[in-house]
Amino acid sequence: MRERKNVFQNADKVMIVIYILLVLMGWLNIYAAVYDDTHSSIFDLSTNYGKQALWIGTSALLIFLIMMTEARFFSSFSYVIYVGIILLLVLVLGVGREVAGSKSWIEIGSFRLQPAELAKFATNLALAAYLGRTHVNIQTLSTKVVVAIILGIPPILILAQNDTGSAIVYATFILVLFREGLSGGFLVAGFVAAVLFVMSLLVNQWIVIGSAAVILALIAWRWQRGRRPWVPLIGIFLISAAFVFSVDYTFHKVLEPHQKERINVLLGKETDLKGAGYNVHQSLIAIGSGGIVGKGYLNGTQTKYNYVPEQSTDFIFCTVGEEWGFVGSTVVLGLFLALLIRIILQAERQRTAFARIYGYGVASILFFHLAINVGMAIGLLPVVGIPLPFFSYGGSSLWSFTILLFIFIKLDSHRNEVV
Amino acid sequence: MFYPIFAGRNRDMTRRAFFAQRQYVIIAIMVVTVVIFLVKLFYIQVLSDNYRLLSESNVRRSLVQYPPRGIIYDRHGDKLVTNEPAYDLMVIPRQVKNPDTLELCRLLDLDPQLFKHRLTKARKYSMYKASIFLEQISKESYGYLQEKLYRFPGFFVQPRTLRKYPYPIAASVLGYVGEVNQNDIDKDPYYISGDYVGKSGIEKSYEKELRGVKGMRIVMVDVFNREKGRFEEGQYDVPQVQGEDLISTLDLQLQLYAEKLMQGKRGSVVAIEPSTGEILVMVTAPGYDPNLLIGRQRTKNFAMLSQDPQKPLFNRALQAQYPPGSTFKLVVGLTGLEEGTITVNSRFGCNGKASSPIACTHSHATPLDLIGAIEQSCNPYFWNVFRTSVDRFGYTNTRKGYNEWRRIVLSFGFGSPISPDLLNQANGNIPKDAYYDKYFGRNGWRSLTIRSLSIGQGEILVTPLQLANLSATIANRGYYIPPHVVKRAGDHDIGFEKKKTAVADEYFLPIIEGMNNVFEASHGTARYWKIDSISSCGKTGTVQNPHGKDHSLFLAFAPKDNPKIAICVVVENAGFGATWAGPIASLLMEKYIKGRVKRLDVEEHMINSNLIGP
Repeated sequence: MRERKNVFQNADKVMIVIYILLVLMGWLNIYAAVYDDTHSSIFDLSTNYGKQALWIGTSALLIFLIMMTEARFFSSFSYVIYVGIILLLVLVLGVGREVAGSKSWIEIGSFRLQPAELAKFATNLALAAYLGRTHVNIQTLSTKVVVAIILGIPPILILAQNDTGSAIVYATFILVLFREGLSGGFLVAGFVAAVLFVMSLLVNQWIVIGSAAVILALIAWRWQRGRRPWVPLIGIFLISAAFVFSVDYTFHKVLEPHQKERINVLLGKETDLKGAGYNVHQSLIAIGSGGIVGKGYLNGTQTKYNYVPEQSTDFIFCTVGEEWGFVGSTVVLGLFLALLIRIILQAERQRTAFARIYGYGVASILFFHLAINVGMAIGLLPVVGIPLPFFSYGGSSLWSFTILLFIFIKLDSHRNEVV
Repeated sequence: MFYPIFAGRNRDMTRRAFFAQRQYVIIAIMVVTVVIFLVKLFYIQVLSDNYRLLSESNVRRSLVQYPPRGIIYDRHGDKLVTNEPAYDLMVIPRQVKNPDTLELCRLLDLDPQLFKHRLTKARKYSMYKASIFLEQISKESYGYLQEKLYRFPGFFVQPRTLRKYPYPIAASVLGYVGEVNQNDIDKDPYYISGDYVGKSGIEKSYEKELRGVKGMRIVMVDVFNREKGRFEEGQYDVPQVQGEDLISTLDLQLQLYAEKLMQGKRGSVVAIEPSTGEILVMVTAPGYDPNLLIGRQRTKNFAMLSQDPQKPLFNRALQAQYPPGSTFKLVVGLTGLEEGTITVNSRFGCNGKASSPIACTHSHATPLDLIGAIEQSCNPYFWNVFRTSVDRFGYTNTRKGYNEWRRIVLSFGFGSPISPDLLNQANGNIPKDAYYDKYFGRNGWRSLTIRSLSIGQGEILVTPLQLANLSATIANRGYYIPPHVVKRAGDHDIGFEKKKTAVADEYFLPIIEGMNNVFEASHGTARYWKIDSISSCGKTGTVQNPHGKDHSLFLAFAPKDNPKIAICVVVENAGFGATWAGPIASLLMEKYIKGRVKRLDVEEHMINSNLIGP
């Protein structure tokens, strides 16, 4: 008993409480999403919510395991874990089971595991281990190459499983790298690229390029007299122009039809509400019909009657929006934001670079999932199937987010110790 | 200090401090993202009402509840028309999503070509409103279909009731029910496409009573169109009101018997209870089995019936118009008595076949009085009666005399529809003076010109119903109650005002005597059809028919005192009234009053006689 008390003694209560709240709210919403008068026991193991109860129970076990593990274990074994997961990702390509077009499941008996979910915390560990070494400088090319390799292998393997959603999550590590010294230009360039991408699909390419030229000319005009950076500006212009033209090519030649459709739906170019636009349309109806305080728990007609597809996984936020309304949505988003900020603030207080970088990784991954998942549900982002952390139904996903977060909580609980 | 946060190139010592500042940029990105989400959420959840409406229209499905149509009973409580459950497959074209056409066709046993055609038809009607895709699925295929139907969004089954006729009789009186057409919908906004409505007979004239009031059940359905519960606890539901049952005036047993007697013949039978005007029997022959006009076979059978050269859809009892022939002599006699141009004792001579201007078809003693003239149906007698009526204001004042005579004739219900609850009745025709003006020039006609009227021939036309009513009027000694087929709807009785004729009651007595003699007297034209122990009254009629053999007519009522039944029988192209119509009327009266018929030989002869060929 003394042992266990020590384990949680220095653990951050704020993060744990928010975690518990989110997991329980998620569970209740999964119950609501598949609610049917005939199955009313929340522990019925033949249903999603019954299984989720099992995942929550096993997650609690995982938490105890993590909290009882030596903190040093994670920094020392990060590469081992990383390589292990990479091997699993390779393995899944061979023996994996295909579900809904993605070959991303390993089946052991009736138990199914999704290695892509576990790859997130493993990659985060490896990145933290590598960047956390003393005197590492992210400005150097060699560092960048190694970082690119660490961050690049998992998404490539995941893409090979045809699981685009889980692969693009790795883009989120740019926030971690930014915190660790990567030039802000990458962030700005990423943002500008996104804007250019959307604009070039929405309006004529020449108009986009013309607008870019005007904006750059304005910058040049407002610049300090005499030191106008003509070469970089013209370079930026040329790169932008090339990018705009390549978007057209990428969009029509590289993206798959369903991906194109999803983007078109988002941009309002495709309004086939029975085809590609159906999911988002029904999701918007579900959330939008929630009103201020929602229709009440278990009273959501959109979700209860299956109008929204994937409602206990990718579209779980619909249930929140429909049954709890604007108030509920705000509470959920607020809890997530609070958790994210708490993680970042705690990360900044870490003594070791390893713990800090890992913390930022946790925050970035959670943020990316939140942004994509909710953004998709409310029609701001294209439909990308990734879970809402702690909320969405699924053992692999809940476990991976639990491990991800609690390794940080574990590291954080030892920040005052001399490592 | 914004710039350094983004700067990459800093000196080692300050670098870490600068980078730590970047936590705020990252936090800002997160906060801004969440705020953008909240703004969007605020817009769609709080500001816009659109999504709430969309979500309701998603799940809300209004199901029309069709109450069972009222049941129609005969006067003794036997069921003439009942219901049986049926199921229509409905379609809402907008919700149809790339159906597995072949699979559905297989389930419905439907040709894919026809499937397409019906879907197109439904689309043309409305994309959003339900219309009938396939009517009246059998109970068996319904059970099978219901399990699979969730796979075909846009299709659902609408429970209905279908008419069923326990006996294959009285089709023309009862009428039939069919899907509403655009005309019905335009006339009465109560109807929507796919509703059923009475198309003829009692079904049509008592449509409002029989149909009840449609209900509306608003339910919630899931994405597969499966019912999940009531919308808002059913507070917007509209309860259905069951149709009212009708008690018809028809006598099932007598109707059955009459149709049996009329088989193999063309014509009609109408029997009325004189004291109430209730129609006991209404037969048109040849008829059809009303069960032919229900369900999916209706259209096909209807086409078949309407092309039948025997015209089974033509309701002869109401729509066939004949000259009344000798039966009309009763009216001529009554008019003469009322106008005072003759008395009971007036006698007119008869030269038999040599009589002028109208020959007599019977040979009898002469001169006859009124009672004898009716008994023996003497043509010259009634020509003389008619002449004295028309000429009573002077030989040249024909118009006044005729119009006065016509007024009295019309008071018997001739010349216009007589029943308040039967549809499509022919008017009959008692010609107006203008008609003769047109033919013979103004005042160019005299009593002699229109002499055919005196024996019920010529331009005069009546329907079997009007003749039956004449019989009932005489039986009542001077009045009638408009003949009708329904006596009670739901919990209220249906009654009609008594109508007096223009002839005083006392003048009916000699006419009745004469009619009694038709059965009873030694020279009576229907003496062979006297019913044992019932004092009956009748009048034969043989109507000249330019198109073929004469029509056989018979009017009768019985018993003479306190009459229970008044009847008119018409057998087309059958010859003398006494030969066919007389015995049929007689058998029916015996059956009705005695409950059974003793003259089995007559009965057998009538039932087995076929006058219209195979």
